[in-house]
Amino acid sequence: MNAYQEFSIIGSRPIRPDGLDKVTGRARYGADLNMQGQIYGYIVRSPHAHAIIQSIDCSQALAMEGVLAVMTGEDLPVPGDSVLGSGEGAIALKDLSPMVMSQGKVLFHAQAVAAVAATSPELAAEAAALIAVSYQVLPAVTNMHEALGADAPILHADRFPDGFPEEPTNLAAHISLEVGEPDAAFERADVVIEQTYSVPMCHQGYIEPHACVARVDAAGRVDLWCSTQGHFTVAQYTAALTGIDVGKVKVTASEIGGGFGGKTTVYLEPVAVVLAQKSGRPVKMVMDRGDVFRVTGPAPGAQTRVKLGAMKDGQLVAADVECVMDSGAYNGNPAGIPAFMATACYKLTNARSTGRAVYTNKPKIHAYRAPSVPQVTLGFELAMTELAAELGMDPLAFRLKNAVEEGDVNMMGAPYKRIGLRECLEVASTHAHYKAPVAEGEGRGVAAGYWINAGLQSSATLNVLSDGHLSILTGSPDIGGSRASMALMAAEVLGIPFEHIHPQIAATDAVGHCDVTGGSRTTLATGQAVIQAAEQCVAEMCRRAAAEWEVEAVVVTWSQGAAHYGEQSLTFEALARRAGTMGGPLTFSSSLTASSAAPSFGVHICDAKVDKETGRTTITRYTVIQDAGKAIHPAYVEGQMQGGAAQGIGWALNEEYLYDEHGALQNPGFLDYRIPVASDLPFIDTVIVEVPNPLHPFGVKGVGEVPIVPPMPAVAEAVYRSAGVRLRDLPLNPPKIVAALQEQ
Amino acid sequence: MSIQEFVAPHSLSEAKSLLADGAMASVLAGGTDLLVGVRLGTRSPERVVDLKKIPELTAISVDAEALHIGAAASAFSILHDSDVPSFFPGFAEALDLIGSTQIQGRCSAGGNLCNASPAADSIPALIANGAQCVITGPAGDHQMPVEDFVLGPSKNALKEGELLVALILPRPSSQTADAYLRLTPRTEMDIAVAGVGVSLTLDGEGTCTAARVSIGAVAPTALLVEAAGAALIGTQLEATAIEAAVAAAREAACPISDKRGTAEYRTHVVGVLVARAIAQAQARIVEASS
Repeated sequence: MNAYQEFSIIGSRPIRPDGLDKVTGRARYGADLNMQGQIYGYIVRSPHAHAIIQSIDCSQALAMEGVLAVMTGEDLPVPGDSVLGSGEGAIALKDLSPMVMSQGKVLFHAQAVAAVAATSPELAAEAAALIAVSYQVLPAVTNMHEALGADAPILHADRFPDGFPEEPTNLAAHISLEVGEPDAAFERADVVIEQTYSVPMCHQGYIEPHACVARVDAAGRVDLWCSTQGHFTVAQYTAALTGIDVGKVKVTASEIGGGFGGKTTVYLEPVAVVLAQKSGRPVKMVMDRGDVFRVTGPAPGAQTRVKLGAMKDGQLVAADVECVMDSGAYNGNPAGIPAFMATACYKLTNARSTGRAVYTNKPKIHAYRAPSVPQVTLGFELAMTELAAELGMDPLAFRLKNAVEEGDVNMMGAPYKRIGLRECLEVASTHAHYKAPVAEGEGRGVAAGYWINAGLQSSATLNVLSDGHLSILTGSPDIGGSRASMALMAAEVLGIPFEHIHPQIAATDAVGHCDVTGGSRTTLATGQAVIQAAEQCVAEMCRRAAAEWEVEAVVVTWSQGAAHYGEQSLTFEALARRAGTMGGPLTFSSSLTASSAAPSFGVHICDAKVDKETGRTTITRYTVIQDAGKAIHPAYVEGQMQGGAAQGIGWALNEEYLYDEHGALQNPGFLDYRIPVASDLPFIDTVIVEVPNPLHPFGVKGVGEVPIVPPMPAVAEAVYRSAGVRLRDLPLNPPKIVAALQEQ
Repeated sequence: MSIQEFVAPHSLSEAKSLLADGAMASVLAGGTDLLVGVRLGTRSPERVVDLKKIPELTAISVDAEALHIGAAASAFSILHDSDVPSFFPGFAEALDLIGSTQIQGRCSAGGNLCNASPAADSIPALIANGAQCVITGPAGDHQMPVEDFVLGPSKNALKEGELLVALILPRPSSQTADAYLRLTPRTEMDIAVAGVGVSLTLDGEGTCTAARVSIGAVAPTALLVEAAGAALIGTQLEATAIEAAVAAAREAACPISDKRGTAEYRTHVVGVLVARAIAQAQARIVEASS
């Protein structure tokens, strides 16, 4: 039972408080801050994908007029075996530090090897060209299957995943899970299918490049401004990577122009801090687009083998999933999630699931919207569709027959609470899109998707202003409209107008700890902190009104923005104006580790038309159906659903990292790394399903990530139905489709 | 070396002397390639000569014989402030495929030609329409066909101190129409994997009396495929004639495999586009005369 059942403002669609500054160009993004006296940092990057650094000579650069500092990997502490964070967010320093600057060895093309700071960006670039680095070039491997071959160059001779202790290989991790008796279950299945599916490495494609400005004061305290999804994490990582106490690092988050998981780590920030320390001047760094593609982000490419067994009546009886993920040069932990989550949509008491991660000479992968789940879901959901066809069943009916519901247990072992997959499938089955006949020459695909959603730590502080307005401070960067949601939630509890509420993202020294804006957690967890702080505010205002009226606080009620007792009432504004004489300033804070997270499910329907002569695919109609628990601001929930679908469609059709034989990225720009443009997509229709999350006071579930999970299998099926040729190796770009049609 | 000097002359003679005094100069006829090149470090002119302020270089005019398009006239002005689209819908569509509206406000047909990209959209359309380049320089003025102007990727026929002044497109008869089609994975903001420009003339009986077929992005330069045009002349554009033109275009294509497409795919798809562009040009003539 949710604490709040009826809503007055939740579910409405006010204009976001940050909107006006954004559309008028006033909003300040990462590269928009300049500090007095600042100089400019520039990074020297490796021209080789795999090499030993024999020497770095910075003397010529340092001798240049206007050059104030240089640094190399020697200026960073040796990472050792320390681990930052815990649980899902844990990362070993040795996997993080070399992404900032290499020490002794480079493992991917364009990896940072040195940096210089000078009085202008042009001078810094010129000085960087004078830094002489001598390399012993080693053979590189960028294909993960080749990386597992017997004669592949080994990236980390000193690393052995658990259970594989003998010889060093490029296997970064191996996880194997089993429930029930899958082999026996396959034996008794009426129909068994087994196929292999693959998807390429890709980038999050955020529009705003990484940027920061760092200042170090005379006492050694760091003041850092940057574009990030989590400035508390930036503080923690930067401190650990530079050896500065975290208490001396203050980070302010700029407005953020996209992140999708890719801005939950650091690349430039520790470099800017070290250069600022050395030069005594503020240091600004802005990454160019090419380097954003070359050294940040990528989501792992993956290959997934899926074996499914079902009875004639459509009951799934067994699954066996084996997913190989490309981790890049360091361990980005991509193996566990697909192993745990591959089967999460379906009732399966007999299943085996294996995840492996492989080192290759490419940048370390990083989180991208429901990390690793779209890749494994391409395989699982497309196999579900292929199996439905074999059984002669409607693909949605087949899914509905096997869909998980409350009480079912997935590979993670905990029973589901109230979830909304069945509801989404039912809505999809009766949706006008699904009921409409498929147009001549087109094809239709459907797919479901799951994402776990995170809780983690959040804090909020509410300051009641003397005119009855309210300031909300949180530490969660707003990447998808969360400030509007925070204001709506506070307005709901307090009963004051949305327009009187001013939500802000405070710096690390001005509000309690918040973990990253990631895991679709901010509206749920930071929102819950806001709700709790607002409830404290209501309690205190009722207590003050009771004192005024000389009654017991318990008899005072709060509604429509005022305390009431009998005929008497005191409004929020009145209590705010009189705060000074009624008990002092009204300030409320709440911090929590949210245990209210609940998973999200979505179902997508895609119609596509393939031009069989050119191989070009046009998405003609697309519908996203998703359980949001309770949509706080439905327009931004729909925006998440549409955005996730757009990114998934891009990944399905054209997005792909292309490396040359030397391990250099061939398409580091938006011209040749083809995310969809607006005219590539139809209007993406949305249906928000609301199955309230019983653990959250408002019933909220995270919504940001699950919409990228179903598109690839939905698009792939639609393409197959239109083109008449089955492709299981993405992206489904025109040359690949024409080649497949010609082979047919 | 970064740009040392930016000059925006108001006359052609001034521009010519700025280009001929020995400085490392680049003309800016829009800047949508030049400035990107400077940023990427592939172009490093000391002097940039902006042509946008020279009236005859941005003028567009029509007379009884031909259309004259100033080399620095923006794509936007050609598309929206001139008669060019009504005479050459295919050429206009080619220009309209370049970049975004903002880019089209700056970029020019002359610049697109001088930049000499194998994948330039406007070049096959110009070649199909028999366009001529008007060139001025220290040795005087001369003309040459567009298909001879581009020598290779990023290489054009301009000699030291020479400047492309205008493009001249012979005025088409009412029985002539052009078409340009390209293949890109995306709908826009993309670069041609293959492009095809076609111009056809039909007589009253529907017999093809003149045809020019040009293919782009499938060779170091856009090519005039004379054999493809010849395969159409004298025919009623029946299937066998179109097949012959398609075969000639595929025969002429010599693409590379790269990040934008395989050689096999480009060769295949350029033929698909030839057939479709012929059909489109034919439909335009039929529609205009009905």
